[in-house]
Amino acid sequence: MLIKKPDQIKSSEITDKKLYLTRRTFARGAVLAATTVATGLLYRKLNSPPQTRIEGEKIQGIEKVPDGQSANSGFTANEKLTSIEDITNYNNFYEFSTSKTEVASAAAGFVTRPWTVAVEGLVNKPRVFDLDDLLRLAPPEERIYRLRCVEGWSMVIPWVGFPLAKLLDAVEPSSSATFVAFETLYDPKRMPEQNGGSLDWPYVEGLRMDEAMHPLTILASGLYGEKLPPQDGAPIRLVVPWKYGFKNIKSIVKIRLINRQPPTTWGSYAANEYGFYSNVNPTVDHPRWSQASETRVGEYGKRPTLMFNGYAEQVGQLYAYMDLKANF
Amino acid sequence: MKEIKFYKLVAFINSLVPLALMAWDWYRAQLGANPVEFLTRTTGMLTLVFLLISLAVTPLRKVLSIQWLIQFRRMLGLYAFFYGFLHLLTYIWFDRSFNIKSTVSDIYARPFIAVGMGSFFLLVPLAITSTKGWIKRLGGKRWALLHKLVYVAAIGGTIHFWMLVKSDTRLPIRFAFVLAIILGSRVVIKQLKHNAPPRTLVPRG
Repeated sequence: MLIKKPDQIKSSEITDKKLYLTRRTFARGAVLAATTVATGLLYRKLNSPPQTRIEGEKIQGIEKVPDGQSANSGFTANEKLTSIEDITNYNNFYEFSTSKTEVASAAAGFVTRPWTVAVEGLVNKPRVFDLDDLLRLAPPEERIYRLRCVEGWSMVIPWVGFPLAKLLDAVEPSSSATFVAFETLYDPKRMPEQNGGSLDWPYVEGLRMDEAMHPLTILASGLYGEKLPPQDGAPIRLVVPWKYGFKNIKSIVKIRLINRQPPTTWGSYAANEYGFYSNVNPTVDHPRWSQASETRVGEYGKRPTLMFNGYAEQVGQLYAYMDLKANF
Repeated sequence: MKEIKFYKLVAFINSLVPLALMAWDWYRAQLGANPVEFLTRTTGMLTLVFLLISLAVTPLRKVLSIQWLIQFRRMLGLYAFFYGFLHLLTYIWFDRSFNIKSTVSDIYARPFIAVGMGSFFLLVPLAITSTKGWIKRLGGKRWALLHKLVYVAAIGGTIHFWMLVKSDTRLPIRFAFVLAIILGSRVVIKQLKHNAPPRTLVPRG
Protein backbone atom coordinates (compact mmCIF):
# COMPACT_ATOMS: atom_id res chain seq x y z
CA MET A 1 0.00 0.00 0.00
CA LEU A 2 1.22 3.39 -0.84
CA ILE A 3 1.15 5.71 2.04
CA LYS A 4 1.59 9.25 0.97
CA LYS A 5 3.86 11.32 3.02
CA PRO A 6 2.34 14.55 4.13
CA ASP A 7 4.26 16.57 1.61
CA GLN A 8 2.90 14.36 -1.16
CA ILE A 9 -0.69 15.18 -0.37
CA LYS A 10 -1.80 17.93 -2.63
CA SER A 11 -3.08 20.85 -0.70
CA SER A 12 -6.25 20.67 -2.78
CA GLU A 13 -7.01 17.23 -1.29
CA ILE A 14 -6.88 18.37 2.30
CA THR A 15 -10.28 19.00 3.75
CA ASP A 16 -10.64 22.63 4.45
CA LYS A 17 -10.42 23.26 8.19
CA LYS A 18 -13.57 25.32 8.12
CA LEU A 19 -15.47 22.53 6.36
CA TYR A 20 -14.06 19.94 8.75
CA LEU A 21 -15.22 21.97 11.72
CA THR A 22 -18.62 22.50 10.13
CA ARG A 23 -18.98 18.76 9.62
CA ARG A 24 -17.95 18.09 13.17
CA THR A 25 -20.36 20.67 14.49
CA PHE A 26 -23.08 19.15 12.38
CA ALA A 27 -22.33 15.63 13.64
CA ARG A 28 -22.33 16.86 17.21
CA GLY A 29 -25.55 18.71 16.73
CA ALA A 30 -27.07 15.53 15.33
CA VAL A 31 -25.87 13.47 18.31
CA LEU A 32 -27.24 16.03 20.73
CA ALA A 33 -30.58 16.29 18.95
CA ALA A 34 -30.99 12.53 18.50
CA THR A 35 -30.20 11.66 22.12
CA THR A 36 -32.42 14.45 23.39
CA VAL A 37 -35.34 13.26 21.30
CA ALA A 38 -34.72 9.66 22.36
CA THR A 39 -34.67 10.65 26.03
CA GLY A 40 -37.83 12.67 25.54
CA LEU A 41 -39.61 9.76 23.88
CA LEU A 42 -38.46 7.40 26.61
CA TYR A 43 -39.80 9.78 29.25
CA ARG A 44 -43.10 10.06 27.40
CA LYS A 45 -43.37 6.31 27.04
CA LEU A 46 -42.65 5.60 30.69
CA ASN A 47 -44.51 8.52 32.12
CA SER A 48 -47.24 9.93 29.93
CA PRO A 49 -50.43 11.30 31.39
CA PRO A 50 -52.81 10.41 28.55
CA GLN A 51 -56.10 12.24 28.34
CA THR A 52 -58.40 10.58 25.87
CA ARG A 53 -62.10 11.09 25.72
CA ILE A 54 -64.36 8.66 23.92
CA GLU A 55 -67.89 9.90 23.55
CA GLY A 56 -70.23 7.54 25.41
CA GLU A 57 -73.76 6.52 24.56
CA LYS A 58 -76.36 8.93 25.98
CA ILE A 59 -78.74 7.60 28.63
CA GLN A 60 -82.36 8.53 27.91
CA GLY A 61 -84.90 9.85 30.39
CA ILE A 62 -82.63 10.84 33.26
CA GLU A 63 -84.59 12.38 36.15
CA LYS A 64 -83.00 15.45 37.63
CA VAL A 65 -83.40 15.97 41.35
CA PRO A 66 -85.99 18.71 42.01
CA ASP A 67 -84.29 21.84 43.33
CA GLY A 68 -86.19 21.99 46.59
CA GLN A 69 -85.37 18.41 47.51
CA SER A 70 -81.67 18.56 46.85
CA ALA A 71 -80.60 20.66 49.82
CA ASN A 72 -81.12 18.12 52.58
CA SER A 73 -81.07 14.86 50.67
CA GLY A 74 -77.41 15.09 49.72
CA PHE A 75 -78.40 14.00 46.22
CA THR A 76 -76.82 17.02 44.57
CA ALA A 77 -73.53 18.36 45.85
CA ASN A 78 -73.48 22.05 45.08
CA GLU A 79 -69.87 22.05 43.93
CA LYS A 80 -67.90 22.44 40.74
CA LEU A 81 -67.96 19.19 38.80
CA THR A 82 -64.72 17.39 38.06
CA SER A 83 -64.14 17.33 34.29
CA ILE A 84 -65.18 14.19 32.43
CA GLU A 85 -61.61 13.93 31.09
CA ASP A 86 -60.28 13.66 34.63
CA ILE A 87 -63.03 11.29 35.79
CA THR A 88 -62.37 8.95 32.88
CA ASN A 89 -58.57 9.11 32.84
CA TYR A 90 -57.70 8.82 36.51
CA ASN A 91 -59.05 5.56 37.86
CA ASN A 92 -58.26 2.92 40.40
CA PHE A 93 -59.30 -0.34 38.79
CA TYR A 94 -56.62 -2.91 39.62
CA GLU A 95 -58.18 -5.54 37.35
CA PHE A 96 -56.86 -3.51 34.44
CA SER A 97 -53.85 -1.61 35.75
CA THR A 98 -52.45 -0.36 39.03
CA SER A 99 -51.48 2.91 37.38
CA LYS A 100 -54.39 5.33 37.60
CA THR A 101 -53.51 7.00 34.32
CA GLU A 102 -53.28 3.74 32.41
CA VAL A 103 -56.60 2.14 33.35
CA ALA A 104 -58.50 3.91 30.57
CA SER A 105 -56.31 2.53 27.79
CA ALA A 106 -56.03 -0.90 29.42
CA ALA A 107 -59.81 -1.16 29.80
CA ALA A 108 -60.67 0.16 26.33
CA GLY A 109 -62.64 -2.45 24.43
CA PHE A 110 -63.89 -4.22 27.58
CA VAL A 111 -67.14 -5.83 26.40
CA THR A 112 -70.07 -5.41 28.78
CA ARG A 113 -72.81 -7.06 26.72
CA PRO A 114 -74.25 -9.53 27.42
CA TRP A 115 -74.10 -8.96 31.18
CA THR A 116 -76.03 -10.51 34.01
CA VAL A 117 -76.20 -9.72 37.71
CA ALA A 118 -77.20 -12.56 40.05
CA VAL A 119 -79.05 -11.43 43.18
CA GLU A 120 -79.25 -14.31 45.62
CA GLY A 121 -78.88 -15.47 49.21
CA LEU A 122 -81.36 -14.62 51.92
CA VAL A 123 -84.09 -13.34 49.62
CA ASN A 124 -87.56 -14.59 48.75
CA LYS A 125 -87.17 -14.02 45.01
CA PRO A 126 -83.58 -14.75 43.93
CA ARG A 127 -83.04 -13.81 40.31
CA VAL A 128 -80.39 -13.51 37.66
CA PHE A 129 -81.03 -10.17 36.01
CA ASP A 130 -80.14 -9.39 32.48
CA LEU A 131 -78.55 -5.94 32.60
CA ASP A 132 -81.36 -4.31 30.61
CA ASP A 133 -83.99 -5.76 32.95
CA LEU A 134 -81.99 -4.56 35.93
CA LEU A 135 -81.80 -1.03 34.56
CA ARG A 136 -85.57 -1.04 33.98
CA LEU A 137 -86.26 -1.56 37.70
CA ALA A 138 -86.21 2.16 38.33
CA PRO A 139 -85.85 5.35 36.30
CA PRO A 140 -82.27 6.67 36.02
CA GLU A 141 -81.58 9.60 38.33
CA GLU A 142 -78.77 12.11 38.31
CA ARG A 143 -76.81 12.15 41.58
CA ILE A 144 -73.97 14.61 42.02
CA TYR A 145 -71.72 13.10 44.69
CA ARG A 146 -68.31 13.78 46.13
CA LEU A 147 -65.98 10.81 45.78
CA ARG A 148 -63.12 10.57 48.26
CA CYS A 149 -60.38 8.05 47.55
CA VAL A 150 -58.55 6.48 50.48
CA GLU A 151 -55.35 7.70 48.82
CA GLY A 152 -56.23 11.32 49.56
CA TRP A 153 -57.77 12.71 46.37
CA SER A 154 -61.37 13.51 45.59
CA MET A 155 -63.72 14.35 42.75
CA VAL A 156 -67.28 15.60 42.25
CA ILE A 157 -69.07 13.25 39.87
CA PRO A 158 -72.51 13.50 38.25
CA TRP A 159 -73.55 9.84 38.35
CA VAL A 160 -76.55 8.32 36.66
CA GLY A 161 -78.10 5.50 38.65
CA PHE A 162 -80.89 4.33 40.88
CA PRO A 163 -81.11 3.44 44.57
CA LEU A 164 -79.79 -0.02 45.46
CA ALA A 165 -82.85 -0.28 47.73
CA LYS A 166 -85.05 -0.56 44.63
CA LEU A 167 -83.20 -3.68 43.52
CA LEU A 168 -83.20 -5.19 47.00
CA ASP A 169 -86.92 -4.53 47.35
CA ALA A 170 -87.51 -6.34 44.07
CA VAL A 171 -85.96 -9.57 45.40
CA GLU A 172 -87.63 -9.25 48.83
CA PRO A 173 -84.88 -9.70 51.44
CA SER A 174 -85.75 -12.10 54.24
CA SER A 175 -85.66 -10.66 57.75
CA SER A 176 -82.51 -12.64 58.56
CA ALA A 177 -80.45 -10.75 55.96
CA THR A 178 -78.11 -8.34 57.73
CA PHE A 179 -75.33 -7.78 55.19
CA VAL A 180 -74.96 -7.49 51.43
CA ALA A 181 -71.92 -8.92 49.63
CA PHE A 182 -70.89 -7.75 46.16
CA GLU A 183 -68.64 -9.39 43.61
CA THR A 184 -66.90 -8.07 40.49
CA LEU A 185 -66.61 -10.08 37.28
CA TYR A 186 -63.83 -12.66 37.33
CA ASP A 187 -62.52 -13.19 33.82
CA PRO A 188 -58.74 -12.96 33.46
CA LYS A 189 -59.06 -12.96 29.67
CA ARG A 190 -60.95 -9.68 29.81
CA MET A 191 -59.37 -8.29 32.96
CA PRO A 192 -55.66 -8.84 32.38
CA GLU A 193 -54.39 -8.02 35.86
CA GLN A 194 -56.47 -10.86 37.28
CA ASN A 195 -53.67 -13.08 35.97
CA GLY A 196 -51.73 -12.72 39.17
CA GLY A 197 -51.65 -9.06 40.03
CA SER A 198 -51.40 -7.86 43.56
CA LEU A 199 -54.80 -8.66 45.08
CA ASP A 200 -56.99 -11.73 45.43
CA TRP A 201 -59.64 -11.99 42.73
CA PRO A 202 -62.50 -11.55 42.21
CA TYR A 203 -62.80 -8.21 43.94
CA VAL A 204 -65.39 -8.40 46.72
CA GLU A 205 -67.01 -5.74 48.88
CA GLY A 206 -69.84 -5.50 51.37
CA LEU A 207 -72.30 -3.24 53.13
CA ARG A 208 -74.43 -3.55 56.22
CA MET A 209 -78.12 -3.91 55.32
CA ASP A 210 -79.06 -0.42 56.55
CA GLU A 211 -76.18 1.09 54.56
CA ALA A 212 -77.31 -0.78 51.45
CA MET A 213 -80.90 0.43 51.89
CA HIS A 214 -79.89 4.06 52.45
CA PRO A 215 -81.29 6.41 49.78
CA LEU A 216 -77.79 7.79 49.03
CA THR A 217 -76.54 4.32 48.07
CA ILE A 218 -76.96 3.80 44.34
CA LEU A 219 -76.12 1.43 41.55
CA ALA A 220 -74.65 3.64 38.85
CA SER A 221 -74.69 2.85 35.14
CA GLY A 222 -73.54 6.21 33.85
CA LEU A 223 -71.88 9.56 34.46
CA TYR A 224 -72.27 12.94 32.79
CA GLY A 225 -75.46 11.59 31.20
CA GLU A 226 -73.60 8.88 29.30
CA LYS A 227 -73.17 5.16 29.86
CA LEU A 228 -70.25 4.31 32.12
CA PRO A 229 -66.96 3.83 30.29
CA PRO A 230 -65.16 0.57 31.21
CA GLN A 231 -62.55 2.30 33.38
CA ASP A 232 -65.27 3.72 35.65
CA GLY A 233 -66.87 0.33 36.32
CA ALA A 234 -69.08 -0.48 33.35
CA PRO A 235 -71.72 -1.63 33.02
CA ILE A 236 -72.88 -1.27 36.62
CA ARG A 237 -71.18 -0.28 39.84
CA LEU A 238 -71.90 0.65 43.42
CA VAL A 239 -71.65 4.24 44.66
CA VAL A 240 -71.69 4.89 48.42
CA PRO A 241 -70.62 8.52 48.68
CA TRP A 242 -69.79 8.63 52.39
CA LYS A 243 -67.27 5.79 52.15
CA TYR A 244 -63.79 5.65 50.64
CA GLY A 245 -63.66 5.02 46.91
CA PHE A 246 -62.64 1.37 47.06
CA LYS A 247 -65.98 0.46 48.70
CA ASN A 248 -67.64 1.47 45.42
CA ILE A 249 -67.17 -1.91 43.74
CA LYS A 250 -67.17 -1.92 39.95
CA SER A 251 -68.46 -4.18 37.16
CA ILE A 252 -70.74 -6.12 39.51
CA VAL A 253 -71.92 -9.63 38.58
CA LYS A 254 -73.20 -10.91 41.93
CA ILE A 255 -75.05 -9.47 44.90
CA ARG A 256 -75.64 -11.82 47.83
CA LEU A 257 -77.66 -11.13 50.96
CA ILE A 258 -76.24 -12.85 54.01
CA ASN A 259 -76.37 -12.81 57.80
CA ARG A 260 -72.70 -12.18 58.62
CA GLN A 261 -70.17 -9.54 57.75
CA PRO A 262 -68.61 -10.51 54.41
CA PRO A 263 -64.88 -10.33 53.65
CA THR A 264 -63.64 -7.45 51.51
CA THR A 265 -60.71 -7.51 49.10
CA TRP A 266 -58.70 -4.68 50.65
CA GLY A 267 -59.60 -5.81 54.18
CA SER A 268 -58.21 -9.26 53.38
CA TYR A 269 -55.08 -7.69 51.92
CA ALA A 270 -54.35 -5.43 54.93
CA ALA A 271 -56.91 -5.64 57.73
CA ASN A 272 -55.20 -2.92 59.77
CA GLU A 273 -55.34 -0.42 56.88
CA TYR A 274 -58.75 -1.00 55.28
CA GLY A 275 -61.65 -1.64 57.64
CA PHE A 276 -65.04 -3.05 56.71
CA TYR A 277 -66.81 0.27 57.20
CA SER A 278 -64.18 2.57 55.66
CA ASN A 279 -66.33 5.61 56.21
CA VAL A 280 -64.60 8.81 55.20
CA ASN A 281 -63.31 10.15 58.50
CA PRO A 282 -60.75 12.95 58.83
CA THR A 283 -60.05 12.01 62.45
CA VAL A 284 -59.01 8.41 61.75
CA ASP A 285 -55.78 8.28 59.78
CA HIS A 286 -54.68 5.54 57.47
CA PRO A 287 -51.73 3.87 59.25
CA ARG A 288 -49.37 5.26 56.61
CA TRP A 289 -50.90 8.64 55.84
CA SER A 290 -53.19 11.32 57.19
CA GLN A 291 -56.84 11.47 56.15
CA ALA A 292 -57.40 14.99 57.52
CA SER A 293 -57.20 16.66 54.12
CA GLU A 294 -57.49 15.83 50.46
CA THR A 295 -56.54 17.05 46.99
CA ARG A 296 -59.56 17.84 44.85
CA VAL A 297 -58.69 16.66 41.35
CA GLY A 298 -58.19 19.74 39.20
CA GLU A 299 -56.95 21.86 42.10
CA TYR A 300 -53.54 22.50 43.56
CA GLY A 301 -53.17 22.52 47.30
CA LYS A 302 -55.38 20.75 49.80
CA ARG A 303 -58.80 21.11 51.32
CA PRO A 304 -60.02 19.66 54.60
CA THR A 305 -61.74 16.29 54.44
CA LEU A 306 -65.31 16.31 55.77
CA MET A 307 -66.77 13.80 58.22
CA PHE A 308 -68.59 11.09 56.24
CA ASN A 309 -67.37 12.99 53.17
CA GLY A 310 -69.89 15.76 53.93
CA TYR A 311 -72.85 13.39 54.31
CA ALA A 312 -72.91 13.34 58.13
CA GLU A 313 -76.37 14.83 58.21
CA GLN A 314 -77.74 12.01 56.09
CA VAL A 315 -75.83 8.99 57.40
CA GLY A 316 -74.51 9.97 60.85
CA GLN A 317 -77.36 8.18 62.63
CA LEU A 318 -76.35 4.85 61.06
CA TYR A 319 -73.27 4.87 63.28
CA ALA A 320 -74.67 6.70 66.29
CA TYR A 321 -73.56 4.15 68.89
CA MET A 322 -70.41 2.93 67.22
CA ASP A 323 -66.79 3.62 68.09
CA LEU A 324 -65.59 4.84 64.70
CA LYS A 325 -61.94 4.48 65.68
CA ALA A 326 -62.40 0.76 66.36
CA ASN A 327 -64.81 0.28 63.45
CA PHE A 328 -62.82 2.21 60.86
CA MET B 1 -14.01 21.38 22.70
CA LYS B 2 -12.62 17.97 23.57
CA GLU B 3 -14.74 14.84 22.94
CA ILE B 4 -15.34 14.12 26.62
CA LYS B 5 -16.47 17.65 27.22
CA PHE B 6 -18.96 17.33 24.41
CA TYR B 7 -20.33 14.05 25.75
CA LYS B 8 -20.63 15.61 29.17
CA LEU B 9 -22.74 18.31 27.56
CA VAL B 10 -24.86 15.59 25.91
CA ALA B 11 -25.39 13.93 29.30
CA PHE B 12 -26.14 17.27 30.95
CA ILE B 13 -28.78 18.24 28.39
CA ASN B 14 -30.36 14.79 28.31
CA SER B 15 -30.67 14.78 32.08
CA LEU B 16 -32.62 18.03 31.83
CA VAL B 17 -35.10 16.62 29.31
CA PRO B 18 -37.49 15.15 31.92
CA LEU B 19 -37.54 18.46 33.78
CA ALA B 20 -38.18 20.39 30.57
CA LEU B 21 -41.04 18.10 29.59
CA MET B 22 -42.52 18.27 33.08
CA ALA B 23 -42.39 22.08 32.98
CA TRP B 24 -43.88 22.12 29.48
CA ASP B 25 -46.71 19.77 30.54
CA TRP B 26 -47.33 21.88 33.62
CA TYR B 27 -47.47 25.07 31.53
CA ARG B 28 -50.10 23.65 29.17
CA ALA B 29 -51.98 21.94 32.05
CA GLN B 30 -51.24 18.46 30.75
CA LEU B 31 -50.05 16.80 33.93
CA GLY B 32 -53.19 14.69 34.16
CA ALA B 33 -55.94 14.68 36.72
CA ASN B 34 -53.71 14.97 39.76
CA PRO B 35 -50.75 17.19 38.80
CA VAL B 36 -49.28 17.31 42.31
CA GLU B 37 -49.18 13.55 42.57
CA PHE B 38 -47.74 13.33 39.07
CA LEU B 39 -44.94 15.80 39.83
CA THR B 40 -44.16 14.19 43.16
CA ARG B 41 -44.10 10.69 41.74
CA THR B 42 -42.08 11.64 38.67
CA THR B 43 -39.42 13.62 40.55
CA GLY B 44 -39.15 10.77 43.05
CA MET B 45 -38.69 8.20 40.31
CA LEU B 46 -36.09 10.39 38.59
CA THR B 47 -34.16 10.66 41.85
CA LEU B 48 -33.99 6.89 42.13
CA VAL B 49 -33.17 6.49 38.44
CA PHE B 50 -30.25 8.93 38.66
CA LEU B 51 -29.03 7.34 41.89
CA LEU B 52 -29.00 3.94 40.22
CA ILE B 53 -27.28 5.24 37.08
CA SER B 54 -24.61 7.02 39.10
CA LEU B 55 -24.06 3.89 41.17
CA ALA B 56 -23.80 1.80 38.01
CA VAL B 57 -20.90 3.90 36.69
CA THR B 58 -18.11 2.20 38.64
CA PRO B 59 -19.17 -1.43 38.05
CA LEU B 60 -19.70 -0.70 34.35
CA ARG B 61 -16.36 1.02 34.12
CA LYS B 62 -14.63 -1.98 35.65
CA VAL B 63 -16.53 -4.69 33.81
CA LEU B 64 -16.27 -2.99 30.43
CA SER B 65 -12.90 -1.34 31.12
CA ILE B 66 -14.18 2.04 30.02
CA GLN B 67 -12.18 4.37 32.20
CA TRP B 68 -13.70 7.64 30.99
CA LEU B 69 -17.14 6.68 32.35
CA ILE B 70 -15.96 7.95 35.73
CA GLN B 71 -16.04 11.46 34.31
CA PHE B 72 -19.86 11.34 34.27
CA ARG B 73 -20.35 10.14 37.83
CA ARG B 74 -20.35 13.47 39.62
CA MET B 75 -22.84 15.00 37.21
CA LEU B 76 -25.20 12.03 37.50
CA GLY B 77 -24.95 12.08 41.28
CA LEU B 78 -25.68 15.80 41.36
CA TYR B 79 -28.70 15.24 39.13
CA ALA B 80 -29.97 12.64 41.63
CA PHE B 81 -29.59 15.29 44.31
CA PHE B 82 -31.28 17.90 42.11
CA TYR B 83 -34.32 15.76 41.35
CA GLY B 84 -34.43 14.68 45.00
CA PHE B 85 -34.55 18.33 45.95
CA LEU B 86 -37.43 18.96 43.52
CA HIS B 87 -39.20 15.90 44.96
CA LEU B 88 -38.85 17.25 48.48
CA LEU B 89 -39.96 20.68 47.25
CA THR B 90 -43.20 19.35 45.71
CA TYR B 91 -43.97 17.62 49.00
CA ILE B 92 -43.23 20.63 51.22
CA TRP B 93 -44.92 23.01 48.80
CA PHE B 94 -48.10 21.20 47.75
CA ASP B 95 -48.59 18.63 50.48
CA ARG B 96 -47.49 20.77 53.44
CA SER B 97 -47.97 24.30 52.05
CA PHE B 98 -44.51 25.28 53.39
CA ASN B 99 -45.72 24.72 56.94
CA ILE B 100 -42.67 23.60 58.91
CA LYS B 101 -44.68 22.47 61.91
CA SER B 102 -46.96 20.23 59.91
CA THR B 103 -43.95 18.89 58.00
CA VAL B 104 -42.22 17.91 61.23
CA SER B 105 -45.33 16.25 62.64
CA ASP B 106 -45.82 14.45 59.33
CA ILE B 107 -42.30 13.02 59.53
CA TYR B 108 -43.19 11.59 62.93
CA ALA B 109 -46.56 10.28 61.77
CA ARG B 110 -45.55 8.68 58.50
CA PRO B 111 -42.49 6.44 58.57
CA PHE B 112 -42.07 6.43 54.79
CA ILE B 113 -41.72 10.23 54.84
CA ALA B 114 -39.05 9.93 57.52
CA VAL B 115 -37.15 7.33 55.50
CA GLY B 116 -37.34 9.41 52.31
CA MET B 117 -36.37 12.61 54.09
CA GLY B 118 -33.45 10.89 55.82
CA SER B 119 -32.21 9.48 52.53
CA PHE B 120 -32.33 12.90 50.90
CA PHE B 121 -30.40 14.58 53.71
CA LEU B 122 -27.68 11.95 53.38
CA LEU B 123 -27.15 13.29 49.87
CA VAL B 124 -26.60 16.88 51.04
CA PRO B 125 -23.01 16.47 52.32
CA LEU B 126 -22.20 14.46 49.20
CA ALA B 127 -23.43 17.24 46.93
CA ILE B 128 -21.48 19.84 48.92
CA THR B 129 -18.24 17.85 48.85
CA SER B 130 -18.54 16.88 45.20
CA THR B 131 -15.99 19.46 44.07
CA LYS B 132 -12.29 18.85 43.39
CA GLY B 133 -11.43 21.29 46.16
CA TRP B 134 -13.32 19.21 48.72
CA ILE B 135 -11.67 15.99 47.57
CA LYS B 136 -8.31 17.64 48.23
CA ARG B 137 -9.44 19.12 51.53
CA LEU B 138 -10.77 15.79 52.83
CA GLY B 139 -8.14 13.58 51.24
CA GLY B 140 -9.12 10.87 48.79
CA LYS B 141 -9.63 8.13 51.35
CA ARG B 142 -11.83 10.10 53.70
CA TRP B 143 -13.75 11.54 50.79
CA ALA B 144 -14.39 8.06 49.38
CA LEU B 145 -15.51 6.85 52.80
CA LEU B 146 -17.94 9.77 53.17
CA HIS B 147 -19.34 9.13 49.71
CA LYS B 148 -20.16 5.55 50.66
CA LEU B 149 -23.25 7.20 52.18
CA VAL B 150 -24.73 7.12 48.71
CA TYR B 151 -25.37 3.38 49.16
CA VAL B 152 -27.39 4.09 52.29
CA ALA B 153 -29.33 6.82 50.48
CA ALA B 154 -30.11 4.57 47.52
CA ILE B 155 -31.26 1.72 49.76
CA GLY B 156 -33.29 4.17 51.86
CA GLY B 157 -34.86 5.73 48.77
CA THR B 158 -35.92 2.33 47.46
CA ILE B 159 -37.40 1.35 50.83
CA HIS B 160 -39.22 4.71 50.90
CA PHE B 161 -40.79 3.86 47.52
CA TRP B 162 -41.64 0.34 48.63
CA MET B 163 -43.33 1.58 51.81
CA LEU B 164 -45.69 3.95 50.07
CA VAL B 165 -47.26 1.73 47.41
CA LYS B 166 -50.67 0.36 48.28
CA SER B 167 -50.32 -3.20 47.08
CA ASP B 168 -48.55 -3.32 43.73
CA THR B 169 -44.89 -3.68 44.69
CA ARG B 170 -43.68 -4.63 41.22
CA LEU B 171 -42.01 -1.31 40.45
CA PRO B 172 -40.20 -0.91 43.79
CA ILE B 173 -39.13 -4.55 43.51
CA ARG B 174 -37.59 -3.75 40.12
CA PHE B 175 -35.69 -0.82 41.57
CA ALA B 176 -34.52 -3.00 44.46
CA PHE B 177 -33.47 -5.72 42.02
CA VAL B 178 -31.37 -3.35 39.92
CA LEU B 179 -29.87 -1.85 43.06
CA ALA B 180 -29.01 -5.33 44.35
CA ILE B 181 -27.27 -6.17 41.06
CA ILE B 182 -25.28 -2.94 41.14
CA LEU B 183 -24.21 -3.37 44.76
CA GLY B 184 -23.64 -7.11 44.33
CA SER B 185 -21.41 -6.58 41.31
CA ARG B 186 -19.18 -4.33 43.39
CA VAL B 187 -18.71 -7.10 45.93
CA VAL B 188 -17.97 -9.62 43.19
CA ILE B 189 -15.50 -7.31 41.46
CA LYS B 190 -13.75 -6.69 44.75
CA GLN B 191 -13.54 -10.43 45.47
CA LEU B 192 -12.14 -11.19 42.03
CA LYS B 193 -9.51 -8.52 42.44
CA HIS B 194 -8.68 -9.83 45.90
CA ASN B 195 -8.30 -13.42 44.67
CA ALA B 196 -6.26 -12.54 41.59
CA PRO B 197 -2.57 -13.46 41.98
CA PRO B 198 -0.50 -10.40 42.73
CA ARG B 199 1.40 -9.14 39.73
CA THR B 200 5.07 -9.86 40.10
CA LEU B 201 7.07 -6.73 39.96
CA VAL B 202 10.16 -6.93 37.93
CA PRO B 203 12.73 -4.38 38.92
CA ARG B 204 13.85 -2.45 35.91
CA GLY B 205 17.05 -0.73 35.10
